[in-house]
Amino acid sequence: MDLKDLYQEIILDHGKNPRNLRKTENFNKDAKGHNPLCGDKVHIFLKIDENKNISDISFEGSGCAISMASASIMTDLMKEKKEKEVKELVEDFLKMIKESPEMKTKIISENEKTKLMSLSGVKQYPMRVKCATLAWHTLTSAMNNSKEETNTEKFD
Amino acid sequence: MNINNIKKQFPIFNNKVHNNDLVYLDSANSSQKPQMVVDRIYDFYTKEFSNVGRSVHYLAVAATNLYENTRIMMQKYINAKDPNEIVFTKGATEAINLVANTFGQKFLREGDEILLTELEHHSNYVPWHYLRKLKGVKINFAEINNDGEITIESIEKSITPKTKMIAITHLSNVTGAILPIKEITSLAHSKNIPILIDGCQGAPHLKLDMQDIDCDFYAISCHKMYGPTGLGVLYAKKKWLDTLPPYQGGGGMIREVKKEGISFGDLPNKYEAGTMATAQVIAFGESIKFLNQIGIENIEKHESELTKYGEEVLRKNNSVKLVGNPKNKGSVLSFTLDGIHAHDIATILDEDGVAIRAGHHCCQILHDKLGLSATARASLGVYNTKDDLDKLNESINKCKKIFDR
Repeated sequence: MDLKDLYQEIILDHGKNPRNLRKTENFNKDAKGHNPLCGDKVHIFLKIDENKNISDISFEGSGCAISMASASIMTDLMKEKKEKEVKELVEDFLKMIKESPEMKTKIISENEKTKLMSLSGVKQYPMRVKCATLAWHTLTSAMNNSKEETNTEKFD
Repeated sequence: MNINNIKKQFPIFNNKVHNNDLVYLDSANSSQKPQMVVDRIYDFYTKEFSNVGRSVHYLAVAATNLYENTRIMMQKYINAKDPNEIVFTKGATEAINLVANTFGQKFLREGDEILLTELEHHSNYVPWHYLRKLKGVKINFAEINNDGEITIESIEKSITPKTKMIAITHLSNVTGAILPIKEITSLAHSKNIPILIDGCQGAPHLKLDMQDIDCDFYAISCHKMYGPTGLGVLYAKKKWLDTLPPYQGGGGMIREVKKEGISFGDLPNKYEAGTMATAQVIAFGESIKFLNQIGIENIEKHESELTKYGEEVLRKNNSVKLVGNPKNKGSVLSFTLDGIHAHDIATILDEDGVAIRAGHHCCQILHDKLGLSATARASLGVYNTKDDLDKLNESINKCKKIFDR
């Protein structure tokens, strides 16, 4: 895995021009995440409707290209997903980043999986896995209404 | 030994990194090891190994002599008055913990103050932090100026009648500022305050003379001095080592052990409990030899010229912002690039074989003060050349190009 793979178009594109980098109006769930080793910060906002669908998701934050790209791609994918699907996607993504060669979920398209797979380049850089997973752990906290800031030093 | 040819002494440079020559610019983190140090570890384990200070057989006696010989070499290297003022530890971190713990136990009371600076590495803050909870002491931080320096005025302003210890870095691992430690020591002593110097960045690069500086404690990291990991040195004036209680208990540091009580051994054994990092200590003797063969004055001159060259090159590069601008600067070049996170810089530079550090460099207090979450840092060692700094600059330009696309 070399530079071209890690910093391929998708990551650079999303890292430089993150999607959904704003604050959802009338959000009803949110959570903050912090990676103290790198200084990456992310605040996820969710609007969940009465059918338990994510009607809007956004984030504010700052950090390296990988952390920003990960939050950007993730928020794009989670829109209109059901709570249950979100849980499955997060688990599948974290598994892919840590050990499995690919994602197993059928919830998203192959094309969407390829986008997420572009983040798997961090496997070669153990110190940077936390950059890629921060937004995903923070999303879980938001779904669970956790008031405590997600801190990358407290998981895995 | 010719300083311009020194890379040849370091076997690591025979290896390629991502098919490129290694440009190692992370010596403030840890230095590479010369062949003579690597060989000494191998030789000791293959031909001479024994534990030290206990058994009386041939190997034990020989190993003990070698071990103690490094203590004397170190005493001479930093011009300490007495070899017993050299205590081997597992690192500079343990050296500072040793002082904070034992000095805190014996001398600190609720409301007493410890003075640090905003430049301190976490290893010269966290050990003192424990005393907040344990003893109710207060920690103050002398502030940096706009150039990222700590002046004697800043220290003087922060001293109060309750200041019981001053603990400061010799050389900042982020801004590169070299502190006027001799003047600060004399100021501290004029107010009867002992002073500890965190010499992690000072010892590998600057000439040291403990009797001239007159500090009470000086902590050294051996792996930053071309020596093995797992080893540090605490220099402490004998009067302190005689007065302070032992740090860790165990074998080797005792005189007599009875059910009803224990008496402790003499210096330096009092502070060296358990089996020490024997091979590392003996190999560190070779690091001192290596430094002496080149001459610390030559190292200072070489690194100072390189630092100036590096600053020049990076200043000409419009995208680079150097962090700190101290007048008296060590061989540390911390910088930021507009719109590119330090970790992205480091990962892209790594592809070219350029090894730098990115992050807060264990100085979160300083980064908060500077309003930066992370910086990139190129730091130099005796083996670096102008060519290394040119390659750094080229690689930075490549990084800009990738992000500007």
